[in-house]
Amino acid sequence: MDFKFTPEEEAFRDEVRAFLDANLPADANRNDFAFIAEWSRKVREKRWVGFSWPKEVGGGGGGIVEQVILKEEMAKRHAPPLGTCFMGLAWVGPSIVQYGTEAQKQRFIPDILDGKYQWCTGYSEPAVGSDLAALSCKGEREGDVYVVNGQKIWTSIAMWSKWMILLVRTDASSQSKHDGITCLLVEMSTPGIEVRPIQNMSGTAMFAEVFFNDVRVPVENRLGAEGQGWQVTVSALASERSSIAEVTAMFRKLEELAELAKKTTRNGAPAAKDARVRRQLAVFEAKIEAMRLNGLRYLTKQLRGEPLSSETSVNKLHRAELEVEMGDFALELLGSAHQYVRGADEAVDGGRWATGALNWPEVVIGGGTPNIQKNIIAERILHLPKD
Amino acid sequence: MDFGFSEEQDLLRAEVRKLLDARCPLEQVRKLMATEPGYSVELWSELAELGWLGLTIPEAFGGAGLSWIDFVVLLEETGRSLFPSPLVSTTLAAAAILDSGSEEQKARWLPGLADGTRIGTLALLEASDLIAPSGITLLGKPDGDSFLLSGRKHFVADAGAANLFVVAFRTGAGAEDLALAVLDGGAPGVRATSQATMDQTKRVGTLALDGARVPKSALLGPPGRAWPAIERLFDRGAIATTGEMIGAAEAALALTVQYAKDRIQFGHPIGKYQGVKHPLAEMYVDVESTKSLLYYAAWALGESPAEVPRSASLAKAYASDAFARIGIDGVQLHGAVGYTAEYDIQLYLKRSKWARPAFGDSDFHYERVARLGGL
Repeated sequence: MDFKFTPEEEAFRDEVRAFLDANLPADANRNDFAFIAEWSRKVREKRWVGFSWPKEVGGGGGGIVEQVILKEEMAKRHAPPLGTCFMGLAWVGPSIVQYGTEAQKQRFIPDILDGKYQWCTGYSEPAVGSDLAALSCKGEREGDVYVVNGQKIWTSIAMWSKWMILLVRTDASSQSKHDGITCLLVEMSTPGIEVRPIQNMSGTAMFAEVFFNDVRVPVENRLGAEGQGWQVTVSALASERSSIAEVTAMFRKLEELAELAKKTTRNGAPAAKDARVRRQLAVFEAKIEAMRLNGLRYLTKQLRGEPLSSETSVNKLHRAELEVEMGDFALELLGSAHQYVRGADEAVDGGRWATGALNWPEVVIGGGTPNIQKNIIAERILHLPKD
Repeated sequence: MDFGFSEEQDLLRAEVRKLLDARCPLEQVRKLMATEPGYSVELWSELAELGWLGLTIPEAFGGAGLSWIDFVVLLEETGRSLFPSPLVSTTLAAAAILDSGSEEQKARWLPGLADGTRIGTLALLEASDLIAPSGITLLGKPDGDSFLLSGRKHFVADAGAANLFVVAFRTGAGAEDLALAVLDGGAPGVRATSQATMDQTKRVGTLALDGARVPKSALLGPPGRAWPAIERLFDRGAIATTGEMIGAAEAALALTVQYAKDRIQFGHPIGKYQGVKHPLAEMYVDVESTKSLLYYAAWALGESPAEVPRSASLAKAYASDAFARIGIDGVQLHGAVGYTAEYDIQLYLKRSKWARPAFGDSDFHYERVARLGGL
């Protein structure tokens, strides 16, 4: 057991820090479009966008440990994201790198790395929920196109995306529901696609319903073989690496909560002196630290080439719990003042705590609810009988 | 960066597992629980021969010279078996001598602790159960080159078995005027008694002192400056206890998972129902997370001492709450049989009760984390 990094890894960390010192001034406005554009150009130049993708496709060809270091240092300074095409970098790119034809790689990967436009992921359907493989949106082959009919829902940023990675059922007669699913890359401007944004309870709209009415998708835009869509998706999901950057961001949020506890009161005294407040903050710290260390243990397994089962569900559960509890705890610290939201003169910190406390479903439900994660652990790790 | 066990550590684990399965399965533990010493004297000397008693004692003093991570491997397995023995107490007494003793003192006491002829333990706490300088009120009365001690130390692990006591006492009224000393169990004015307790696999008792003499040669470090060393002992105790807690929690989870697979209700194994499988998944999350927190703390003991207080507190705090829940849920998910003496799950619940306050409960450690974090 050794938590020290090699001299080469430490040198890389220094390089990242020096880059941040030079390019991310403490007062940088992370919402300023010109700044983000300049930042994105510079990290792209360093080949830190698509850091672990192969060099042949324009990625950085970096190793797992360096990637952890990179993300950790970036998160510590609250750096803007590496690259601006979020879904493209998280899901679409890795799938195309692994399953795409040469033509698809050349057509899409440079644009994803450059962040030229957004992608969205057409996975969830209204009646399907967590049983994703039961999807029914239909794709019928007609000569050199697939004709798509059906509906998707909870499609994040669909209204701002130029392309979608879409799962359709091309064979309803297959024995297993996992077979007969095909993955298509679809241009959102194709006739027959209608996008309807869904308003969140926080007053914003992050996702949408997407309707397909005789949408014609060229066969050359199929990713992987016909009927192989499930494998394409699963391996893209598996490429989601450890959550170190997430953890660093959560430590920062914990610091902000501690600051909030110093400036708010409970029973007429500073909240930070209240035993229950102190204990609750320390409990959050323990869970976040456990996430960090769990991540490092699973990373060690990966580095040793040992198979991971569904251990990542452990951190997904912690994350979900923390997201809800930390958000709600902030409101508790604010007391009656928490009711003032953005726009109110009396709102604390511009009302951001209220917005934060209402946006948890995005993290908690997206990617599988806590109950689904518990089923995964119980069935795949503890080998309890299936529901 | 490597957060995993080495091949040697995996081998050690397998060796410990094999011996405990063969020599001290739970039916044997139940027999030992009913005996006066509460542990097997015969197995004790075998453990000494295997080098496990002196695992963390340097080779120069008769030990194996391994790290606390190796010791944690050993403890996870003794915890899994609820193995009754003064192993943890003896190792902690040795740690006190190694940490604060002179070369001469190490040579005098450590070989006996490593070869099993001496059984050591810590006598730090008093009736207040307070882990703080003010929790130590036993006053050493100066008498020439010695101190005389009269009073009681409480919650002394393995009090009945030990013959070497590392005692904390006060040398003055100043907040941190504290000293640590080694007392021989057979010396005049020293009497240890084992008390009737809930978890019979973990014996606890009282050390009564009546004019017991502490010569200068028995003092560990300079008198009046022992608090940092005492605090380090509490941290080691917290880490060792958490090691045994993880093994026991994992065993409680395994027992309950097996029961959930075997027990048929409404035509199905009860493990099919989410009301049963979800608490089991939560137990798994807690076991995994405790492991990560503990391994890091054990690593810090050897490699990054400044990180020990925070990491030990995070591990023991998290473990105390988690294992308490696991003990209760384990019994509950068994239904009424879990509450019978015949089923083993109740033994683990009792262990969770023993472990929760040992070397600080979650309130104590979370408060310390808050303080260390600048609150």
